[in-house]
Amino acid sequence: MAQHLSYEESKSAVWKGLGLLAAVTVAEVLLSLLKAAEFAESIRPLIYVASLAIIGLSVYKAYFIIYEFMHMGYEVKGLAMTVLLPTMLLIWALIAFFNEGDAWREKREKVLYKNSLQVPQGGDVGLAHDVLRLELDC
Amino acid sequence: MTEERDTDIIIAEDQKPELNNDWSGGDRKPFRTSYGKLMMWYFLLSDAFTFAGFLISYGALRFSSPSWPVPDKVFATAPFGINELFPNNEAPLIFVTFMSFLLIISSGTMVRAVQEGARENKRGVVFWMLLTVIGGAGFLGCQAWEWTNLIVRENMTVTTNPFGTYTENGFYLDPETGEPTEEEVVEGETYLLHVAGESHGEEEADPGGTQHTAGADHFSYSTTPGDYPGYVVDGLQADGTVNPDSKPFIHRKYVVTDELSGDLVVRTQEFGPSAFGALFFGITGFHGFHVATGVIFLLIILINAGSGVYVARMNGYEMVEKIGLYWHFVDLVWVFVFLVFYLL
Repeated sequence: MAQHLSYEESKSAVWKGLGLLAAVTVAEVLLSLLKAAEFAESIRPLIYVASLAIIGLSVYKAYFIIYEFMHMGYEVKGLAMTVLLPTMLLIWALIAFFNEGDAWREKREKVLYKNSLQVPQGGDVGLAHDVLRLELDC
Repeated sequence: MTEERDTDIIIAEDQKPELNNDWSGGDRKPFRTSYGKLMMWYFLLSDAFTFAGFLISYGALRFSSPSWPVPDKVFATAPFGINELFPNNEAPLIFVTFMSFLLIISSGTMVRAVQEGARENKRGVVFWMLLTVIGGAGFLGCQAWEWTNLIVRENMTVTTNPFGTYTENGFYLDPETGEPTEEEVVEGETYLLHVAGESHGEEEADPGGTQHTAGADHFSYSTTPGDYPGYVVDGLQADGTVNPDSKPFIHRKYVVTDELSGDLVVRTQEFGPSAFGALFFGITGFHGFHVATGVIFLLIILINAGSGVYVARMNGYEMVEKIGLYWHFVDLVWVFVFLVFYLL
């Protein structure tokens, strides 16, 4: 693919690269089907391992496309860095926003739980004016 | 050299004498690359941030939902009845894998076009770019089928998501009598809510997505909105009138055992997280828009290459390289769209 390869070599490198990407995609789909298979439901670690493997393979595909197909590996280092380093900002965005989403879920569950609670009745609390005060508070 | 440059349009911007001075700044170009390629990289960087923004918001919303539709269930259809060759008429991820292959292969043919361009081989460039265009157009056709299927047959919209997921284990109620049956409701399993009175071609009187027990085989759901012993049909308003605008989705009822009291509690199938439709159509639509734009620009540059514009420029078909960068980027984005929507 690059200038340092002969024409014939770079031609065959394209088909090898294509085969690699196709094989990785097939592996990803098989892992995805595996983690959704019925027998996998009882094995939680399997789901996490398969998911992490799928993410890892996708990142590898992204690396391969950028470095080989888009020729980034053969550009001047400064060019590669000015394009790739800014994307590192996204790492923080991933951590922050996924945490945020998780917090939304927890808050919503807490609100639903609190809403489902019953106001204690007079008999449970023992004093009639407790009920009155609760009603006033509400 | 100069006699071949007797018109304006066929001269690359950075080859024009007056612009060459601005960019060269000396003997070397910045990063030893042309202005056009460098700016294509920075455009792609900005586009990557746009897509990352969309995908991260998808992730945040998915994390905030108690359940999320299982992709194997949502994307289990294929054209020409291919899914009927599979168990339960479901071909999980098969069609979308085919779509991914189309895009990956068109990326490979694009690399070949760039290589032929570097050798100044006009015929090669045209041939491989043509294959790339066919791959891109094929992908768009597949996406059109996928969207049509989701919208027309499965009634998904940007605000309605008929793919719900159980969060508890339990048993279905018999739709006719309302008695609990042996038919299991499994936590984490995704179901598709069907619209009453619509035939979908397959074993459709089955919104649970599982096989019917023997007694229920001849049962058909009422098309009148209301609350029935074993199911609910959408559209009945609180005052007893029917809302003509609402689609009569069928929600089956099932029983679960309450954790605290141990009593059986009746539940009704809910819609799935409503953000799903907006995120799916928004993000795959934005990606599809990029593919469509890419196909248009590939065609323009293909025609230019075929008519010899780049021969006269004598810069190794750099324009083909630039559209190549864009096309690989579209493939790169699909890697992540495929990852979060279909694989995880």
